[in-house]
Amino acid sequence: MTEPRTFVRQFIEALPHSSALGMELELLKDGVAVVAMPYDTRFIGDPATGVIHGGAVSALMDTASGAAVMCHPCQPVATATIDLRIDYMRPATPGQRITARAECYHVTRSVAFVRVTTTDEDTDRPVATATGAFTLERAKGSAK
Amino acid sequence: MSKRPRPEPVQVIKQRRDAALHRLVDGVPYIQFLGIHFDRRGDELTAVLPFDEKLIGNPMLPALHGGATAAFLEVAAIIELSWSMLWEDMEQGRLDPSSPAAMAQLRLPKTIDFTVDYLRSGLPRDAYARARINRSGRRYASVHVEAWQDNRTKLFAQATGHFLMPSREDEPDPSHMLAT
Repeated sequence: MTEPRTFVRQFIEALPHSSALGMELELLKDGVAVVAMPYDTRFIGDPATGVIHGGAVSALMDTASGAAVMCHPCQPVATATIDLRIDYMRPATPGQRITARAECYHVTRSVAFVRVTTTDEDTDRPVATATGAFTLERAKGSAK
Repeated sequence: MSKRPRPEPVQVIKQRRDAALHRLVDGVPYIQFLGIHFDRRGDELTAVLPFDEKLIGNPMLPALHGGATAAFLEVAAIIELSWSMLWEDMEQGRLDPSSPAAMAQLRLPKTIDFTVDYLRSGLPRDAYARARINRSGRRYASVHVEAWQDNRTKLFAQATGHFLMPSREDEPDPSHMLAT
């Protein structure tokens, strides 16, 4: 099973937008993905506070969610976001790295369901959570 | 019959409005990072996301990253909300957009939640978005955003978000009124 995971890891790490945002893949296993993003002043959304933009947090959670789908044991060959609903609990503390943990908790033949939580260095209080539905493309001829 | 005061020259008005919009948008690093700018017709804004390689998610298709699309829509919603507040203050003479001190006082709305529907894959081309404020109360606002690429009627994404409005200086902070 190392082969497909290597492919998935390389695929995720090669996403241009994710690497432009400095995302680092920390875990990729059985439908769970952890992706981190270091603080960067270019990603500030509110110049008055230095808090990073919600859009950057969304991008992190979308990436982690897609990665969670791709490493699901059903071994999809491709995925795309159908919808993503993001709840922002509190501003991420400026200067801190944020980490998203996504779990693909259910799959049907063609849809994957994901939930994801983002924290900064205070891991007890989430910065944001999201739930999403993703397309699931299976390899041709693969068992259902 | 009293004479109406002569209206300001159109160029003066345009310059004031464009300068206000620029100050609002240029002050946000993430908007600059994504390369988003805004076209203005009167008070109507269109957000423009020029295509760039760093916006790509899947390089094999290639398609825009869902995160880049979500960020673009959220930026369009936040700027629309801020612009509508700014516009009102500016037109009624309560705010002078040429004063850096007054502009520095502006506070942006905070996103409470944001739901994005991905309708088509984002092509490697420029994207456009317009936001509509469906409800704007003293504390909360609900905004819908539509985004398209080549064809205005073929949306590639849409979103709805709820926002917490910044408290105005001339009113008491409602958190002080909460019974605890």
